Amino acid sequence: MSSTVVLAQLLNGLQYGVLLFLLAAGLTLVFGIMSFVNLAHGSLYMMGAYFAATAFQYTGSFGWAVAAAMGGSLLLGLALEFVAVSRLYRRDHLDHVLATFGLVLFFNELVRIVWGSQPVFLQVPEFLSGAIDIGGFSYPSYRIAIIAVGLAVAVGSWLLINKTKVGMLIRAGAVNPAMVAALGVNIRLLNAMLFAVGAMLAGLAGAMAGPILSVQSGMGESVLITTLVVIVIGGIGSVTGAFYAALIVGIVDTMGRVFLPFLLRQVTERSFADAAGPALASMLVYLLMAVVLAWRPQGLFPANR
Amino acid sequence: MTTLLSRPSTWVPLLVLLLLASVPFVAEATGQTFYIAFFARIIIYAIAACALNIALGYGGLVSFGHSLFLGLGAYAVGLASFHGIGSGWVHLLLCLGACGLVALVTGAISLRTSGIAFIMITLAFAQMGYFLFVSLKNYGGDDGLSIALGSRFGPVDLSSATSVYVAAFVVLVLSIWWLARLRVAPFGMVIRGARQNARRVSAAGIPVVRYQLLAYVLSGMLCGVAGLLLANLNAFASPSTLAWSVSGELIVIVVIGGLGTVFGPLMGALVFLGLEEVLKGFTEHWMVIFGPLIVIVALLGKRGIVGLLERFDARATSAAPVPATAEAAPHTLSAAKGSP
Amino acid sequence: MMTSVLRTDALTKRFGALLVTDSVSLDIHEGELHAIIGPNGAGKTTLINQLSGELEADSGSVWFRGADVSALPIHQRAQRGLLRSYQITSIFEDFSVIENATFAALASRRHAFRFWQPMAADHQARQSADEALAATGLANRLHVPAGDLGYGERRQLELAMSLAAGPKFLLLDEPMAGMSVQESTSVIALLQQLKRQYTILLVEHDMDAVFALADRISVLVYGKILFTGTPEEIRNHPEVRAVYLGEEEAEA
Repeated sequence: MSSTVVLAQLLNGLQYGVLLFLLAAGLTLVFGIMSFVNLAHGSLYMMGAYFAATAFQYTGSFGWAVAAAMGGSLLLGLALEFVAVSRLYRRDHLDHVLATFGLVLFFNELVRIVWGSQPVFLQVPEFLSGAIDIGGFSYPSYRIAIIAVGLAVAVGSWLLINKTKVGMLIRAGAVNPAMVAALGVNIRLLNAMLFAVGAMLAGLAGAMAGPILSVQSGMGESVLITTLVVIVIGGIGSVTGAFYAALIVGIVDTMGRVFLPFLLRQVTERSFADAAGPALASMLVYLLMAVVLAWRPQGLFPANR
Repeated sequence: MTTLLSRPSTWVPLLVLLLLASVPFVAEATGQTFYIAFFARIIIYAIAACALNIALGYGGLVSFGHSLFLGLGAYAVGLASFHGIGSGWVHLLLCLGACGLVALVTGAISLRTSGIAFIMITLAFAQMGYFLFVSLKNYGGDDGLSIALGSRFGPVDLSSATSVYVAAFVVLVLSIWWLARLRVAPFGMVIRGARQNARRVSAAGIPVVRYQLLAYVLSGMLCGVAGLLLANLNAFASPSTLAWSVSGELIVIVVIGGLGTVFGPLMGALVFLGLEEVLKGFTEHWMVIFGPLIVIVALLGKRGIVGLLERFDARATSAAPVPATAEAAPHTLSAAKGSP
Repeated sequence: MMTSVLRTDALTKRFGALLVTDSVSLDIHEGELHAIIGPNGAGKTTLINQLSGELEADSGSVWFRGADVSALPIHQRAQRGLLRSYQITSIFEDFSVIENATFAALASRRHAFRFWQPMAADHQARQSADEALAATGLANRLHVPAGDLGYGERRQLELAMSLAAGPKFLLLDEPMAGMSVQESTSVIALLQQLKRQYTILLVEHDMDAVFALADRISVLVYGKILFTGTPEEIRNHPEVRAVYLGEEEAEA
């Protein structure tokens, strides 16, 4: 168990974490401000990946692929918000769960109709296909790029939320949505913008994840559930919480899957470790969420402190 | 009693049950035995929906993890059969024990939260179950587990579609009957009251969480029984039973049927699985129609089929208008909020 | 010798730096109707919440019929007969009026771990419910869904639920809130009847009601009991007049 492996896995965890953050940021704000449970967020991620793959096929340019993903998801988010989501804000969570569940099923089938059931190929761009030398070992440039983009978005969103007027409205909305509406803010516009920006970030995540994971129907579900775990751990409505929780979950999950079976093999017999290892590794983040909820039900970094 | 039977919201579902009772005979007579398995599946999902209705419909607990109990019930049969145990009583004991225990532990943890967190944590527990069974390579893992020995209860062996059908039908009728009694029994009133106004229930002298936990446990155990029947029907136990989409489908079934109503689960299962079959006949991409239909159901409100039938009740009886029995929207469990 | 039904001992509560309940010591006697009055923001609801068990005090104790109930949660205090009604109506909207009352009658007396026989078959509970509803004037509205009741009727149901539970002590939080003059008059009449049967702690803004009903009145200002006395004493107490009744001529 060399330090190189540990470092590489740590970076992998970081990379997974920032992808989760891109998804969690939009989701947590929509939960926190509009109190809207959006299970279809994973579908927006998936559509982003498909938009990127298609754009790449036609243009050969990764830049256009990312732009298509972000633009497409933004428009899709706006359309969804206008047609369905905005009618559901006043309803209870069960209605949200039902409606977005229906959307998930719809989008999963839609991509199968348009693009087929086979995974679609999205290539890592030329200029990022190499590797960077980090303290004596090679790490893929592409993954570094993902980390960089993710951190940039994190910094950008921190600036937006803490240093701008819009950000102030968002923070106020996360703490007291009714009050913000009562103060005469165009809450409809704010909600639509929030939803759309969240969708855009999800699309970006999809585009970036495309080359690493496979672009296929249903790719949104597993990452969505992990994202939900992230925002519950981080604290609903808190982008800061989403950031730290995303990194924690990303690192715990990635390193857990690699090292837990290994650790188990040291302390128990091999057959048990080989069976229990992967199972426990998969459950790790859920156990983490259960512990956090038992200890601090409002999350680690709740929006209203 | 006659007024009760003259109400469409009562006699339509009873008619449905009567027709379902006749399915095995008609199917055998016409040689269309496929329909026995098809309707058996509907009945089993109706039982699972009855179970969820206790927690969700009556109690307002939005559990997005009931697939866990369905799967535990199925694997209780699968694992026992794998080890050569064919006794239905053992299967049932394992099923009820596992589901009861898991529901007790997961319910106790989940009920410490409310709102979105509650939905998330029930989902997470089901996911844990899913990954657990996927990882059990010795028991089939991702591919699932074949079941050689159906549950044997004395002379009754659940190894044929017909025998499962009969057993499931009996369980469904008993479940519906119990659900009807439970609804107005003290326990049912407590959890229905807690859904509307948990603070008031406490103020009246009842420790709310204890009752909700029991409701969750009972719900889990009945759902496990549905899983046991499902495993016998398919002669197969698979991790896909624990998928989150299954939990979602159960919620859709309860809501389509009529949240918190006695016959809702039955009508919902019939419509949901029936519609699925009809659409499948048109196109393999039926989900692209089904998905938006679910969205529309959500947008339209939750009186459901039974609620719709109840609108005809007032016209059918010349008696004074009957207070609606379909529950209004459940308030997602929220300890911090009082009445809206 | 007056038996103490509800007694508090230097009850104190802070919300952060704000002292909301300032060493409140009350002693309510059997059969007494004790009113608490005070300007808005005096901390009346917070005090009631500590008495009912929904809020835990920082220090001090609550004694009910000779036992220290400070550590007991609300449902256990209710089981002992310490019942409250809410200023903002808190009923079961989907249940009928009779179901609301029967529920309340049942919940305080027995456990509800019964899964087969209907609640309505519990004769004792049903009887208590009928009596409470008759007393509060809802006898002809038994099968109406509570959500369909008018505002005044909802307040009546709120009160009926507390009565149906067979209280040993009634904590009434502004029962006349939002009522018309006519509705208030009937509630005052009802409370007159209930006075000797039950021990009542009444929080109210309606001064007519308070002076007509109360045996003793406590004035709560900034979380502190300024003065406790009979209606006469309160009416004439200069500090009370200044702080609460203001410069206007006292009515009645």
